[in-house]
Amino acid sequence: MKYLLALAGNQNCGKTTLFNCLTGSNQHVGNFPGVTVEKKEGTILKHKDTVLVDLPGIYSLSPYTAEEVVTRDFILKEHPHAIINIVDATNLERNLYLTLQLMELNIPMVIALNMMDEVRSSGNSIKVKELSNHLGIPIIPISASKNEGIADLMDAVMKVLEENKPAIKLDFCKGEVHRAIHSIAHIIEDQAKDAGFPLRFAATKLIEGDKPMIEAMALSESENHILGHIVEEMESALHTDREAALADMRYSYIENLCAECVIKHHESKEQIRSEKIDRLLTHKYFGIPIFICIMMFVFYLTFHVLGAPLQSLLELGIDVTTNALSHLLTITGVSPWLHSLVINGICAGVGSVLSFLPIIVLLFFFLSILEDSGYMARVAFVMDKLLRKIGLSGRSFVPMLIGFGCSVPAIMSTRTLSSERDRKMTIILTPFMSCSAKLPIYGMITMAFFPHHSAIVMISLYLLGIIMAILSGLLFKNTLFRGKPIPFILELPAYRFPSARSVVLHMWEKAKDFLKKAFTIIFVAAIVIWFFQSFDWSLNMVTDSGHSMLAGIGSILAPLFAPIGFSDWRASTALIVGLTAKESVVSTLSVLTGATGNVALSGALHTIFPSALAGFSFLTFTILYMPCVAAFAATRRELGSLKGALLTALYQTTVAYIVALLVFQIGHFII
Amino acid sequence: MTLDLIKPGYTAILKIIGGEGALRHRLLDMGLTPNTKVTVRKVAPMGDPIELFLRGYVLTLRAEDAANISVEGVEKI
Repeated sequence: MKYLLALAGNQNCGKTTLFNCLTGSNQHVGNFPGVTVEKKEGTILKHKDTVLVDLPGIYSLSPYTAEEVVTRDFILKEHPHAIINIVDATNLERNLYLTLQLMELNIPMVIALNMMDEVRSSGNSIKVKELSNHLGIPIIPISASKNEGIADLMDAVMKVLEENKPAIKLDFCKGEVHRAIHSIAHIIEDQAKDAGFPLRFAATKLIEGDKPMIEAMALSESENHILGHIVEEMESALHTDREAALADMRYSYIENLCAECVIKHHESKEQIRSEKIDRLLTHKYFGIPIFICIMMFVFYLTFHVLGAPLQSLLELGIDVTTNALSHLLTITGVSPWLHSLVINGICAGVGSVLSFLPIIVLLFFFLSILEDSGYMARVAFVMDKLLRKIGLSGRSFVPMLIGFGCSVPAIMSTRTLSSERDRKMTIILTPFMSCSAKLPIYGMITMAFFPHHSAIVMISLYLLGIIMAILSGLLFKNTLFRGKPIPFILELPAYRFPSARSVVLHMWEKAKDFLKKAFTIIFVAAIVIWFFQSFDWSLNMVTDSGHSMLAGIGSILAPLFAPIGFSDWRASTALIVGLTAKESVVSTLSVLTGATGNVALSGALHTIFPSALAGFSFLTFTILYMPCVAAFAATRRELGSLKGALLTALYQTTVAYIVALLVFQIGHFII
Repeated sequence: MTLDLIKPGYTAILKIIGGEGALRHRLLDMGLTPNTKVTVRKVAPMGDPIELFLRGYVLTLRAEDAANISVEGVEKI
């Protein structure tokens, strides 16, 4: 690597689109060390020796969110050779606020002035050259979504890299703030140098009262005293406090700059269009029903119209491959256990999880359209009040909703939540939303025990899941996650057509993520379960899985389930196998009872569950206990800790047990 | 008067940005600085949060946080 570049900018300014334009598909997704903030990096197209790191979308370099801290640490510690600062030309004032702070970091910089096409089409214009002269930074107008100006941008970046000259014009402060910055810069010159901070940045942050900077600089008592005095003087002269003084200084400078360089005759077309769309989409009465309709439509397309045929097609493909492989193994005459391992273990296990792939890809297709178009921010706006009651914010609503489809993409989609606390809580609560893989189980039990009341049983199960999520939320809010939620101050970006490239790349990324999981953790889990299912305790292969170790474990666990109504080993075994994928509870029960067909299975279930209440208790446990290995793997990945994922699974299973116990015991008492 | 009391369709000039810590800093960073003109656009269907228009973009925040911001010069648009 010859050059390291950092891409920084506000949220919703087209940063990801630009990143995709610059790097194509040469991307690598990871985490910044120590935090679960996503770090994307890639090599620049046509400049293979130049690496670009996509920093999180931020509005400022304050030390308050993980994203801001990560950005600032990255720039200060990794010393990128240059920064590409992407700026939304339709929203220059707020975007330049970050620019002014980035300038203080004393690193060569280029501004990519994005969405210039929108500015022009609205009949407005920006005097790019003047703006560039004022800031002392090259500014290249681009349109990332139309792939315009990208070559010019890279030319400018290369030029800046060769010159290696940081932004020099730091004359945007005046009056009292200017005086304070210079006095302090004078005092801390040596310390800043020793600590490796750009002087101007250190001085500004000290005036702001930035805690990490104060700690890092370790000033002596007398220096602190003088610093305090300078700040006090500035505050009393300006009749305001230190934080407001600096924000005001930056924004005042920007306002003057924009007054000079931006010619704005009209509000931008996109802004006007957005206001019109919002009249409907966030309407007082129609907003929520429309949202429900949109989500139902997405679910209908994902799980029904498009997902189901694709899923059966993929299943067919897996079947054909498995059969061919089985045939091949038979001809080559491998030992039966190896045959069974490959076919019944790996192919069956990984195959059943793999068949989720179409649904996950489709769901993320729709979600990234909703996200990139700007609608998700409206969902957060509309739903915030509801979720605040359980200590979350409107942003968590969408992952939970996806949970009704499948917990895996739901947990994966929590990545968009900006607060780590909200993200963790959402990950833990989401599996309580009954996923679609559990439907066959509900179908099986209701058919056997509640043939005339299936609808009400189903609804009560879904409600039970939601209620448990709410109760858990309340519990966590007041215990584990007592900390203050980060403030809900959210930009509602103008509606825009999502770029096909971003949507496809996003889908591909999630698919890759899922496939990686399918062939690692799920692969291992499938082998482990196969092993227990195919061998008895003396490690002889069994033909009847009723004699397997798994059945043995099921029998050992069976008494545990007696208090919640079913002590038959087949039920507990099915619950264990259900961990591979929830629908396999059904297939396991039919294998273990030897029942073929639904009617026979219904009859056989009466031998496992002594009463309808026991059947219902089984359903209660099923909906709440730990999710399948695929979801567990997603939890582990998004929480960033195996321990966290295990504790989550333990919590979910405990809740399931307690609720089933209450249902069964109280029900028993009543009936 | 505080910002949470302004009805949709009115503009106001921000005067004092109250509150503390991360919340206040975020408000300042997002451009809610003294003497900024904001328009209250809308209230969410369930009565909270509120939607503001300022500096050419749309921002939403909760009424309880808007209550920390005092305003003057309320006008109907």
